[in-house]
Amino acid sequence: MNRAGRSVILFESVSSALHAEKILKAGGIAHKIIPVPKHISSDCGVCIRVEGEYLEQAGRALEGKVRVLGVRQLPEAKGR
Amino acid sequence: METREHIYLDNAASSWPKPESVIRAVELTLREAAANPGRSGHSLSVEAARIISDARSEAAAFFGVADPLRIVFTKNATESLNIVINGLLRPGDHVITSRMEHNSVMRPLNAARERGISISSVRCSRTGELDPDDVRKAVTKDTRLVVLTHASNVTGTIMPVAEVGAITRGEGIPFCVDAAQSAGCLPIDVDAMNIDLLAFTGHKALYGPQGTGGLFIRGGLEAEISPLVMGGTGSASEHEEQPLFMPDKYESGTPNTAGIAGLLEGGRFVSSQGIASIRDHEMALASVLLEGLDGIPGVRVHGPAEPEKRIPVVSFTVDGMDASEVAYRLDDGCGIMVRPGLHCAPSAHRTLGTFPGGTVRFGFGFFNTAEQVRTALEAVSSIVNKP
Ligand SMILES: Cc1ncc(COP(=O)(O)O)c(C=O)c1O
Repeated sequence: MNRAGRSVILFESVSSALHAEKILKAGGIAHKIIPVPKHISSDCGVCIRVEGEYLEQAGRALEGKVRVLGVRQLPEAKGR
Repeated sequence: METREHIYLDNAASSWPKPESVIRAVELTLREAAANPGRSGHSLSVEAARIISDARSEAAAFFGVADPLRIVFTKNATESLNIVINGLLRPGDHVITSRMEHNSVMRPLNAARERGISISSVRCSRTGELDPDDVRKAVTKDTRLVVLTHASNVTGTIMPVAEVGAITRGEGIPFCVDAAQSAGCLPIDVDAMNIDLLAFTGHKALYGPQGTGGLFIRGGLEAEISPLVMGGTGSASEHEEQPLFMPDKYESGTPNTAGIAGLLEGGRFVSSQGIASIRDHEMALASVLLEGLDGIPGVRVHGPAEPEKRIPVVSFTVDGMDASEVAYRLDDGCGIMVRPGLHCAPSAHRTLGTFPGGTVRFGFGFFNTAEQVRTALEAVSSIVNKP
């Protein structure tokens, strides 16, 4: 896993993503809610973006609490 | 209209007035966050979705539910009960209920009868009380659901929910509780009480707006309950089939975001006051009323004699006078608003022996005062004495 890049964590629904947001917030883990990037899915929902260094921590915090559909690394540079 | 003070004693139908924080939350949402929650990904849409997410967490915490995603928002307890009764039962199934239920349980159940579902209505005493052992005796090999009100909207009688929950857990039968009257009024812990499905409404003792309510569904049961309504959920949009995960399976279509914002504040209001302290206040009022009514000749109070066996709902009849006439004279002459009749619960009135005439019902809330109860007692007394 590339610790340097950014990744997005994908969820079943907006409800799950926002529940995950609460858990990360409570755990003090840096993250940002963003729309699901077009190249990943054409769905209208949101996902959670985390920097590579926090990805593992985020995964552990969410484990058993919210179903994660997948994690995708974002292309380098050209950030938003 | 004259400026006479109105005394609102119909909180069992809908609580009123609402806390300021509830009113402000509805207004603020309409002003500042009325985008379509979570459908569009932009910041206003996420803001609206966050309100609903916060409300889900508040509701979950309120009922001792660990995972907020087990809470489905609906428009009221009636919709929640319909999801359970219509979605879970299949032809050949047997259901147990009580003889104190509201029509939001009885009507969908009686319609289910047409689809080949059999029903046992467990007998209750003249005060509306149920013996849990009668539920145990009614269980058959086909029993698929026990559905029971937590507190009667006619007599206020509190049902032995935890005792019935212990029985259903032992038998492996899903247990659905109608908490329309009790949510916000009595403590509810779905795990301690073994409740598998909890239907609640927002506009009564949770002090939220009308058109808000919800349903707790215990983990795994969603696989067995079909949704009542299907459609867009903002999730899994590439599929033209209804999603199977919670809560989206049961939350199709744009929700009542402003209403749910109000419900969230209503729940926070109840939590900050404390259910126990609200109950102490309301039961003190109910006790004054019960004692006072007891002293008026010709007035008959229904339901349990001990105040602690009820929520703050009191039904009475006046010998030789229609319930509707008593209610009309309370309103017209004294500005006191109550609810006469059958209260959407003919089965409960048959149990009490007050069918078809019905009763006059007083329902207290947080904002009522002892002074109002005294005024109401004087009014009843004068109506009874001048027929
Ligand atoms: C015991 C009981 N069950 C169900 C309901 C239905 O609630 P709602 O009208 O909010 O769906 C009510 C209230 O009217 C009630 O008192």
